[in-house]
Amino acid sequence: MLTKLNHTPSIPKVKISCAQFPAPFAQGLEYCSPARGTWNIAHTGMLIPEAHEIFVCAAGCLRGVVLTAAEMGAADRFSTIEIKEDNLLDGSMESLIIDGVSDILARLPKTPPAILLYTSCVHHFIGCDLDSVYRTLSEKFPNVRFTDCYMNPIMRKSGLTPDQLMRRQLYSFLVPREKDCKSVAIIGNDLPIDRSSELYNLISDSGFKFNEIHSCKDFDEYLNMASASLFITNIPSAIPAAEELTKRIGGKHIYLSQSFSYDEIISELSVLAKTLNVSLPDYTDEIKNADLALSDAEKVIGSAHVVIDYTAVYRPLSLARLLLSHGFNVQTVYADSFSGEEKSDFEWLKANFPDLILSPTVNYKCRKLDRQNIQSSEKTLAIGQKAAYFNQTNYFVNMVEGGGLFGFGGIKRLANLMKEAFLSEKNMPELIQIKGMGCECCL
Amino acid sequence: MISNNIKNASRIISTYSADVFGVCSALYELGGMVIMHDASGCNSTYTTHDEPRWYDIESNIFISALTEAEAIFGDDDKLINEICDAAEDLEPKFIAIAGTPVPTMIGTDLKAIASVIEQRTGIPSFGFHTTGMNSYIHGASLAFETLVSRFCGAGTKKQPELSVNIIGATPLDFSVNGSMQSIKKWLSYEGFKITSCFSMGDYSSLENISNSGSANVSLVISESGLAAAQRLESMFGIPYVAGVPIGKAFSEVLSKALKSAACRNTSDTEIFADRNPDENSRVIIGESVFSASLAQEMLIEYGINSRVISPLGNCCLQKCDAELLGESDIENAVKNASEVIADPLYKPIVNPSSKFTALPHEGFSGRIYRKDIPDMINNNLFLERKLK
Repeated sequence: MLTKLNHTPSIPKVKISCAQFPAPFAQGLEYCSPARGTWNIAHTGMLIPEAHEIFVCAAGCLRGVVLTAAEMGAADRFSTIEIKEDNLLDGSMESLIIDGVSDILARLPKTPPAILLYTSCVHHFIGCDLDSVYRTLSEKFPNVRFTDCYMNPIMRKSGLTPDQLMRRQLYSFLVPREKDCKSVAIIGNDLPIDRSSELYNLISDSGFKFNEIHSCKDFDEYLNMASASLFITNIPSAIPAAEELTKRIGGKHIYLSQSFSYDEIISELSVLAKTLNVSLPDYTDEIKNADLALSDAEKVIGSAHVVIDYTAVYRPLSLARLLLSHGFNVQTVYADSFSGEEKSDFEWLKANFPDLILSPTVNYKCRKLDRQNIQSSEKTLAIGQKAAYFNQTNYFVNMVEGGGLFGFGGIKRLANLMKEAFLSEKNMPELIQIKGMGCECCL
Repeated sequence: MISNNIKNASRIISTYSADVFGVCSALYELGGMVIMHDASGCNSTYTTHDEPRWYDIESNIFISALTEAEAIFGDDDKLINEICDAAEDLEPKFIAIAGTPVPTMIGTDLKAIASVIEQRTGIPSFGFHTTGMNSYIHGASLAFETLVSRFCGAGTKKQPELSVNIIGATPLDFSVNGSMQSIKKWLSYEGFKITSCFSMGDYSSLENISNSGSANVSLVISESGLAAAQRLESMFGIPYVAGVPIGKAFSEVLSKALKSAACRNTSDTEIFADRNPDENSRVIIGESVFSASLAQEMLIEYGINSRVISPLGNCCLQKCDAELLGESDIENAVKNASEVIADPLYKPIVNPSSKFTALPHEGFSGRIYRKDIPDMINNNLFLERKLK
């Protein structure tokens, strides 16, 4: 029998000085916070202009993505094939997909140039002959391109994650084209690169064409991204996409991390300049501007608690390091694990700010939120939706997935956003529950 | 084979919430702990689209975060240990484990796992063999029926006054727009003492539900409440009546039927007057009990004949109605209708020449139109506005 403990379990926070890298917390039953701003695979697939998504899954799995499409006003680009128990038992899975896709294509008002066909966990387990399915569909519909996409979260710890696979398949329709040595493409970002960043400016100011999937107006323009001779990624989960792409269609790939370290930013911009074969601009003014913006923000925010979560930026520890180095009172970083590129920041923080708290976001104990006590405590600035939720603060930078920020321009912009967020209250409960921040939303 | 496969394909319409979410929704307010046994994603889907209480009302709904290796090599001990550890912290009143597609495929015995957990923790525990491949009605039905079989004790004394159980309440069918409060207010006004509500809002504590066997009659307000009502009937001899008190006229019929069933101690399944729609009549698409009740109100209050198309069960349906699932079948069935009353996400398959009246249903469109879901209980405001 259990002993009655009569207490509310506390969230298993840990001081960074006592934490393990890269996974500070034990795994177990998981909780889902109401912060919804990050993108899912249905959002990401919609980045291909004119393409149509078809998901083949059980109702429970379809539910989240079909309503994602409906909420973003893209129901007309989204279809489903629902798996029933008999399809798992009677060997009809291949024909279910082929017949279902054929029926959907016959009933669409306009044939799309491309279909993203998503299969799920069960296809993997029953050994569905997906090669045969895609081959048959391609033969049957020669004017439609098909690509294999996956909604198989059960494989998230086996090889490429569904997120990595999605970013890889997003460019699978690109085929070799004549290379344009003055064309560069950004690969794998859900959000476009902010035009104030040095990443954008160095490329465009040097006379290169700057390609992103977000600015492609139609499918042909998307296909033309294949003519780029340099592919740049700046989120870790996009690296496999660019590696596969350059292997298949040629071109060079470089990865430029979304770091908040001045030295690292200069180092990355140097790599970019060298790859473009241009000289590295003098960034003294940009550094000054970033410093000035941080200083302005610090004057406003003062010693108020600052909390950061991993959904806001890809390098939360790098950001914590930057802010702590500039006088901000960063208290907590919310993340369940860290990417390998955060290792040096982790060690630096451990040595210099050993009391910095790391807190999980999915541990079942995170369900218990002492709202009243949190709300009555002092004003807290959150960077990210989950941090805002866990601290019940309406003062937060509403940003996901790095917000397209990069470099010194990105730091300056973030500092300004922090200042604005601290001065202007937001409707946190309403804003954080909107899915796929940056997409259209009918809510 | 081909036609069956095509029935599973939807060009544009949504998908009804699934059985695993029905379990969570039905048990949400009862102080238990519910674990969806799945990889991930289910928890986000449920808490985003199907659970309007998630932000404001704490409930211990979690996911087991199943991995490929655990599915292949089997590691039920991990699941059991994690649930027992969490139970020690959270002290739930019960523990429920609900299955999804992969546990279904690999034959995970959730009932046996629940039994082990109950032995170890002493907390009532049950496993639901949900598959993620049936509608929420199925899951909620399993949950409500289990509440009766596990928590309603034998030997309960009947209450002397007119008392009622409300069975089949989840936000998936009744949202959080005040409809459930209206049903309770209406029952009280009609002279009923409410014993329990399965399971939203007032009268839905586990203690209320445990006392359900003392009521005189049960009101089944959705298909998901039918099995529990029948279980209460077989265990305690409590008759039931199915229907939602939509509008003034049908509410009166329903009230009389409830009183009569309680008095005669016999369930009444014949309270719906025959409708005689023709091919061009209005069509209502939705959950069977709600839609049939709406059709009755339209008939007796306004003289309008309509057909019901239910993708969610056949309780209360008549010969003129149909239980249809596939997009093509539903599209065909409504093509000549003068008017279609349905969730807005059905609109793209409705003939543009038919009038379309939006009646959002959380079990279909989730949170999208939540603010527009009308409270039609014992009032005709919505119908009077829309049927002009």
